[in-house]
Amino acid sequence: MAIFINEKTPVLIQGFTGRIGTFHAQEMIDYGTNVVGGVTPGKGGTSHLGRPVFNTVKGAVDETGAEASIVFVPPPFAADAIMEAADAGIKYCVCITDGIPAQDMIRVKRYMRRYKKEARMILTGPNCAGTISPGKAMLGIMPGHIYLPGRIGIVGRSGTLGYEAAEQLKALGIGVSTSVGIGGDPINGSSHRDVLEHFENDPETDAILMIGEIGGPQEAEAGLFAQEHMKKPVIAYIAGLSAPKGRRMGHAGAIVSAFGESAAEKVEILKGCGVAIAPTPSEMGSTVAQVLGKLKKVA
Amino acid sequence: MDIHEYQAKELLAKFGVPIARGGLAYSPEQATYRASELGGTVVVKAQIHSGARGKAGGVKVCKTEKEIEDAAEFMLGRKLVTHQTGSAGKLVSRLYIEEATNIDREIYLGFVMDRASERIVVVASAAGGMDIEEISASQPDTIIRVAVDPAVGMQQFQARELAFGLGVDPEIVNKLVPAIMGCYRAFRDLDAIMVEINPLVITKEKQVLALDAKMSFDDNALFRRPHIAELRDKSQEDPRETYASDRGLSYVGLDGDIGCIVNGAGLAMATLDMIKLAGGEPANFLDIGGGASPERVTKSFRAVLRDKNVKAILVNVFAGINRCDWVAKGVVDAVKELEIKMPIVVRLAGTNVEEGRKIIDNSGLTVISAETLADAAKQAVEAAQKA
Repeated sequence: MAIFINEKTPVLIQGFTGRIGTFHAQEMIDYGTNVVGGVTPGKGGTSHLGRPVFNTVKGAVDETGAEASIVFVPPPFAADAIMEAADAGIKYCVCITDGIPAQDMIRVKRYMRRYKKEARMILTGPNCAGTISPGKAMLGIMPGHIYLPGRIGIVGRSGTLGYEAAEQLKALGIGVSTSVGIGGDPINGSSHRDVLEHFENDPETDAILMIGEIGGPQEAEAGLFAQEHMKKPVIAYIAGLSAPKGRRMGHAGAIVSAFGESAAEKVEILKGCGVAIAPTPSEMGSTVAQVLGKLKKVA
Repeated sequence: MDIHEYQAKELLAKFGVPIARGGLAYSPEQATYRASELGGTVVVKAQIHSGARGKAGGVKVCKTEKEIEDAAEFMLGRKLVTHQTGSAGKLVSRLYIEEATNIDREIYLGFVMDRASERIVVVASAAGGMDIEEISASQPDTIIRVAVDPAVGMQQFQARELAFGLGVDPEIVNKLVPAIMGCYRAFRDLDAIMVEINPLVITKEKQVLALDAKMSFDDNALFRRPHIAELRDKSQEDPRETYASDRGLSYVGLDGDIGCIVNGAGLAMATLDMIKLAGGEPANFLDIGGGASPERVTKSFRAVLRDKNVKAILVNVFAGINRCDWVAKGVVDAVKELEIKMPIVVRLAGTNVEEGRKIIDNSGLTVISAETLADAAKQAVEAAQKA
């Protein structure tokens, strides 16, 4: 099962023939992802990496039956590419692009609401490392080999901090069902809460590691969701304990501008919701292991 | 990106937001000349990227030429310290000379990118003149919020609701509505992330005026707003940050003594956390980006070393697509090229980590290689304390 993608999911690459798109498309194909083609406007009818290239997403979906897409389109055109995917009937879209204007993302989110919830595309990112269901398929730019297949779900804003978590888990022999990057932008496709809901409904996930950071309301919202609607345990680490207020820490969204947005405040809120907290970034793996140990005892 | 008050006012005026007459001055002589053009009582306002300038001596009402000259002498070339500038303060190199206003009422008007509703939200309060934080704490009942539907934009009725909600006279409402709509259009059309008019005043002559104005812009949208990008004033930035951002590095200057070089914003924040937890103080946040090439590693060392407080450097790279041996070589080359003498702790993880560590260990340099994040932080803190 896993969530969002598996070994069968037919995948399109948007921004297929560019340097970055080409490199990562090859990595995804090598990992075993079912890449069925790509889109580069103006290059339709040609072939790239042994896959057909299309001018439009709609054309590609009609021909290949693609269900998921990954966007490598540069920032000025990325919002348009996401809306094109939503309109063409893509079910799941990952946007890797970093640097999309916030108002473009507001427009994308508003546009996606034209579709009924059942028919609405799920978007994760932008400004993320993508999604991987280890051993099955990779829709992202992460090093696939650091993930052990298993039953822990990971959702996080940061790419490399997610790698750190996957490696800690692997060192403890703990595998991952799916790891989802939601990206570091203030307006993003799916929130922590949205992804937790998918993991809660996935029979192949036992517990979820949520890697949050300073800024915005999404970690607190996810904590309340976990408390009220989830049976599976959630473990969280929040980065940025030492971040000064009002300073943007790399990610466009990593800035404390209101009450409840600092790491310390988020940790308190999550604790209050019954979420297990990894006190330091080097204890993400061990905190997950502790929680799993308790689960086994109960079972 | 932030801009100055006078720049924000010029932009907003083009969208129909009423402002008082005023002009820019770079010297006491120009200040008096501007004042004579305006006539009568003027306000001399230091232009820095910070609020609360009044308390720091950056705003002065002047009646005579002597007072204007004295105020300009005092402000120009001075670093003003407010609660928003940090202890270093911000340099005043230009003044805005504005005609004085007979204030009857002060209103707070703010526009923000609200992350919860994913919309532009307008916030207004009858308790103008105070920080919005102060208002939320002391008079939360006075705050009115309106969210704008991105599909159709802000509507007149929403501006009217705000204006009537503030309790102003109907004749003022007719002047307030275009001011509110103008701010909204400026926000939308210029890719702002914040517009704050505090205070928006109603004068004794029953005019509406934006007495102060702050605007902040989406860095990700500057590529399509070249006339906004031109308004950047590097003298208002931390010089360490200017140097790094001009070289494509994401850097935030902090007050500690351990320089940090990390790939990825989340991992960089986590690294700072580990240093704090190990009892040390980081000198900076630095994300060299996902692809950590040897050239970027060298650039990063240069940026970190511009901070003279740095006593030790911690490099933490999780090589995903890149290989650790490649990154390690970049570190060794940088240390040799820049002849760095201070202790350097390097923690590598990911692809080809063993080869990477070997390169570090066999380099003959005083570079300490650490296995885990916790170990790296501990070693860096110890090294900085000894130095």
